[in-house]
Amino acid sequence: MIRPEAPLLLEIRDLHARVEDQPILHGVNLSIRAGEIHAVMGRNGSGKSTLSKLLAGHPAYSVTAGTVLYRGEDLLALEPEQRARIGLFLGFQYPIEIPGVSNLEFLRVATNSRRLERGEEELDTFAFEDLVRERLQVVQMDPAFLDRSVNEGFSGGEKKRNEILQMALLEPLVAILDETDSGLDIDALRIVAAGVNQLAGPDNATLLITHYQRLLDAITPDFVHVMAQGRILRSGGKELALELEQRGYDWVDQALPALEVV
Amino acid sequence: MPASSPPRLNATAGWNEALLAALPPASGPLAAVQQRGRRGLSGLPLPGRRLEAWRFTSLDALAGLDPALLVPTAAAVPSLPAVSSLPAAAAGVVRLVLDGQRDPLAGLALPPGLSPLSPAELELLLGRSLEDNGCRDHWPVLLNQAAAAQVLALRVQGAVAPLLELVSDAGPGAALLPLRLLLVLEEGASLSLLQVHRSAGANLTSLVLEAHLGRAARLQHSLLASGDPRAVLLGHLAICQEPDSELQLTTATGGWGLMRLEPRLLQSQGGASSCLRSLQLVRGEQLADTHSQVVFGGAEGRLDQVHKVVADEAGRSVFNGAVRVPRVAQRTDASQLSRSLLLSDRARVDSKPELEIVADDVRCAHGATISRLQDDELFYLQSRGIGAEQAARLLLRGYCQEILRHLPAAAAAWQPLPLLLGDPLDR
Repeated sequence: MIRPEAPLLLEIRDLHARVEDQPILHGVNLSIRAGEIHAVMGRNGSGKSTLSKLLAGHPAYSVTAGTVLYRGEDLLALEPEQRARIGLFLGFQYPIEIPGVSNLEFLRVATNSRRLERGEEELDTFAFEDLVRERLQVVQMDPAFLDRSVNEGFSGGEKKRNEILQMALLEPLVAILDETDSGLDIDALRIVAAGVNQLAGPDNATLLITHYQRLLDAITPDFVHVMAQGRILRSGGKELALELEQRGYDWVDQALPALEVV
Repeated sequence: MPASSPPRLNATAGWNEALLAALPPASGPLAAVQQRGRRGLSGLPLPGRRLEAWRFTSLDALAGLDPALLVPTAAAVPSLPAVSSLPAAAAGVVRLVLDGQRDPLAGLALPPGLSPLSPAELELLLGRSLEDNGCRDHWPVLLNQAAAAQVLALRVQGAVAPLLELVSDAGPGAALLPLRLLLVLEEGASLSLLQVHRSAGANLTSLVLEAHLGRAARLQHSLLASGDPRAVLLGHLAICQEPDSELQLTTATGGWGLMRLEPRLLQSQGGASSCLRSLQLVRGEQLADTHSQVVFGGAEGRLDQVHKVVADEAGRSVFNGAVRVPRVAQRTDASQLSRSLLLSDRARVDSKPELEIVADDVRCAHGATISRLQDDELFYLQSRGIGAEQAARLLLRGYCQEILRHLPAAAAAWQPLPLLLGDPLDR
């Protein structure tokens, strides 16, 4: 949903970043308004996942130049947990397994962290169970997964559903979904995409990181961006993804020599 | 030990003799055992670091315990812990409180399937599992033999429905609390047993448990021991298993100034199933040492062993896991995993698998890891709004829960996690 007057939620300006000694991002610019769904596409190593992890505050990545404003506030100055509490969500490409930590407890602690930030009361165990059972329907997830350890022994599809369940509970303003479609069969993709569509609204925004058009068949983006060598090479509407699908990434490569990589 | 500490050489010299001098004359049903133990201790030096089995484990903590004070006079028998200081026993639990002096069965009706052994049976069976497991003359066992005036000896027939809970509390004062236990599970019998040992002062809890599992018997055995930085716990668990029997042994210990636990297990003819899970926590200047030994006396035995450690501050943890698979023990399937979590630069962990495999057709796996909290796990939790400190606590809890979740449900009354971590975790 494109509304030029909608509030700006995320504004990335000339972002440069590195992991260890390796520069990865070379000047990313991206603005996201409430109600919008953006897709960032690109080959492996183009910097897509780096961008998503960096926005969430992963300690392995360091910003060397540029700014990121979240609702006008300096996002990069905040700890990862604070970014999450104020409404930024990263759906992991490879959700982490945490043996021994109950999924239900994890979800409750996370939800309460966000609620406190929003000035809402913490939910006790019983109230939270009611909430989580309602939100499980978003991803058609079996309640039995609540009693297991976080992601432990979950299939690829179950892990991704658990990610979207967290998103449904945390109600983020900006959800970044890093290759949420990877490792999903057709049915799981349909369920996960339906969940994302259900959660997308006029007040929040979604940033999809993906390789493939197939996710974008299920979740229609308002904007598509193509990343290569650590910057956004081209932006357009949903037709850009189709063009990319038809012409392949070689077409992107042809445009690369014109770039001056810093 | 910090360089500024005074030299503590020979700090424990004469400790055995002082204890022997303070003990009351041998008497009662265990008089012969007491005499045997005292003969064994007399003239025996405390095990020192020159012995391989005690290389990393100093008994210096004993120097802080005056042997004479540990042994109560007749007028000052330690009182049973006030019932109010113990959590209410859950439904379906038979609780016996052990004080090392009085008969814990006095005035109690045992549930169907449990009965005391007769004196003749006791004479025949007491010490046999220690002998078979090669630890009858270990110093901590001799100490227990020398001091213990009581033994709780039970026969188990059929499936015993209630959980048997054995509780001791050495309390805040100086005391030697010698606990001697013998369980005989007949063919096909099953029992769930929870031992809880507590201390809150400068005292010594000495535990020797023997268990014999007949054919197809099942023992779910849990031990939860939470001590005091001044307290010492010395425990031997000597278990013999006949074929088709199943042992699930879960131990969780923390808070003791010095803790040495030696689970020793013999599958007399192989063909049995043994699962050993342990969690030991050290912090401050605490030292915890688990020396386990599993011997397969025949073919097709199974072992699944997981030993987990949390070492914080200047705590020290020692694990030595011996597994012996002689030629007769073909087709043994054994695995041993030791995992240690280091929470401080000053903590120290010594972990040593000791697999002795002679049989050629076996599967024996072992692994040992020593690590800090995983950064990717911390980040995952933080990315969900959970603060770094709370995330670390959650991960620590999860790490411990992997063992604690195998405790019987009724153990929840003791709140194992806060008990061991000494930390209100439900913040």
